Amino acid sequence: MKIDSGNTAWLLVSTALVLLMTPGVAFFYGGMSRAKSVLNMMMMSFVSIAVVGMVWAVYGYSLAFTDGGGLNDFIGGFDDWGLVGLENAATLDDGTGIPSLVFVAFQATFAIITVALISGAIADRAKFGAWVVFTLIWVTIVYIPIAHWVWFFGPEDGEGGWIGAGIGALDFAGGTVVHINAGAAALALALVLGKRKGWPRDPMRPHNLPFVLLGAALLWFGWFGFNAGSALGANGTAAVAFINTLLATCGAAFAWIVVEKIRDGSSTTLGIASGAVAGLVGITPACAFVTPLGAIALGLVVGAVCAYAVSLKYKLGFDDSLDVVGVHMVGGIVGALLIGILATTAVNEAGADGLLAGGGVSLLGKQAVSVLATLAYSFIVTLIIGKLIDMTMGFRISEEDEVAGIDSTAHAETAYDFGSIHAGAGVGGTLAPSPAADGAPTKVEA
Amino acid sequence: MKLITAVIKPFKLDEVKAALETFGVKGLTVSEASGYGRQKGHTEVYRGAEYKVDLVPKLRVEVLVDDADADDIIDVIVKAAQTGKIGDGKVWAVPVETVIRVRTGETGPEAL
Repeated sequence: MKIDSGNTAWLLVSTALVLLMTPGVAFFYGGMSRAKSVLNMMMMSFVSIAVVGMVWAVYGYSLAFTDGGGLNDFIGGFDDWGLVGLENAATLDDGTGIPSLVFVAFQATFAIITVALISGAIADRAKFGAWVVFTLIWVTIVYIPIAHWVWFFGPEDGEGGWIGAGIGALDFAGGTVVHINAGAAALALALVLGKRKGWPRDPMRPHNLPFVLLGAALLWFGWFGFNAGSALGANGTAAVAFINTLLATCGAAFAWIVVEKIRDGSSTTLGIASGAVAGLVGITPACAFVTPLGAIALGLVVGAVCAYAVSLKYKLGFDDSLDVVGVHMVGGIVGALLIGILATTAVNEAGADGLLAGGGVSLLGKQAVSVLATLAYSFIVTLIIGKLIDMTMGFRISEEDEVAGIDSTAHAETAYDFGSIHAGAGVGGTLAPSPAADGAPTKVEA
Repeated sequence: MKLITAVIKPFKLDEVKAALETFGVKGLTVSEASGYGRQKGHTEVYRGAEYKVDLVPKLRVEVLVDDADADDIIDVIVKAAQTGKIGDGKVWAVPVETVIRVRTGETGPEAL
């Protein structure tokens, strides 16, 4: 098939936008961590790019997005392992005119960010090596199958994964595959690793809120590629997804700070950043199926619900450090279910009519099944993976290392040079042996 | 001789320093400090979770002075550091037995 340059250009841009979301997550999470563990937090995002990117090329794409023969309802095959033969500008045979390799790269960025999102639940206390092993196993046996269930469609109607092609549940850009999936996995890992030392007596305040806002901004920017790129074309569907990504996020950011003003007395920067992310999460599955006003309504609901949901961990007693469950799992569930209420084929013929558009409760039922299946599979399998890693190589660092800070103990680095009236003078630091003898510059004390 | 120690709000440092210079004080030592007084610190809220910040950042200013000047210098510091709001800090003085200037070995009031 002939390559469509317009569609291809938009997908190339979208892919780069979505990849930027993972460093965005790194800043969002890094800012919320404590100063002694910000590097480890950001490192967990960056290493997921490194590991998952390679997995995706070797077998991930093939298992998620090719025909699995007899097992096609649940998993794909090995036809495209190593992307062998996809180099020659082969295009997807779905009429979009996009080279297969662009679609492979686009989907790789989704797998990458889903894994990175999970890390927010285990801030400050996960062995780095255990996390790397986890990313490899988790993307293989949790992310890839769920992506296949929801997003692989065969050439004939009804062929493909059991959730999307099978029962016809809608997930435009990853509400179930990415957010509910990551949120449920985050809950499982938070339970495996246990609470941080001192939590919840000390709520462990964010060390750098400007980082959090920077991360949220990068996420919002990249999310236009995530949602509007999922149209797989420079077309009207992309336009709907794009405006809805803007509007739902506005609604949710606003709703979150209103809840805060009423509940806590102040609207906070952490709140507006969190609300924006919750809105982005909520609109993700729905972005191409609802009207702009529907998107605003969805955003307002998601923002308010998530603002309350993040306090659940204190009531239930699990240390989901950076609220992956409260924002991504809850936001994803609300968004996925609201499709059943707000979706309308007036916006997108490829979608379906929800409750308000006269479609009855059938779509809501399908959405509920997809939500429950994803929650259950992701939570249970992640719990097993986490436990196995914990029993073999150990998942948690020592108490001593946790108190000292994982940055210095795991990575031999620290983010900041603290503790001096003269910033940067290095009080408390140790000077390396003077290199003056060989003519190199020596450090001058301020 | 006396050692006057003042714990002040950080933004007041410039005013305190200027006031001491005007009075003729030749040197001082400044270090970062944190702590709380009767009013305790303040409360911050992160995603609905309250975080009590008991230890408020302060600066500790130390000056070695002659006995005769001590009361005046304390007055100067208090005036310069005052905002009238809670958390303005404290100033106190303790007697000092010996002072030695490291460079010359001078001792006592000559070393100030």
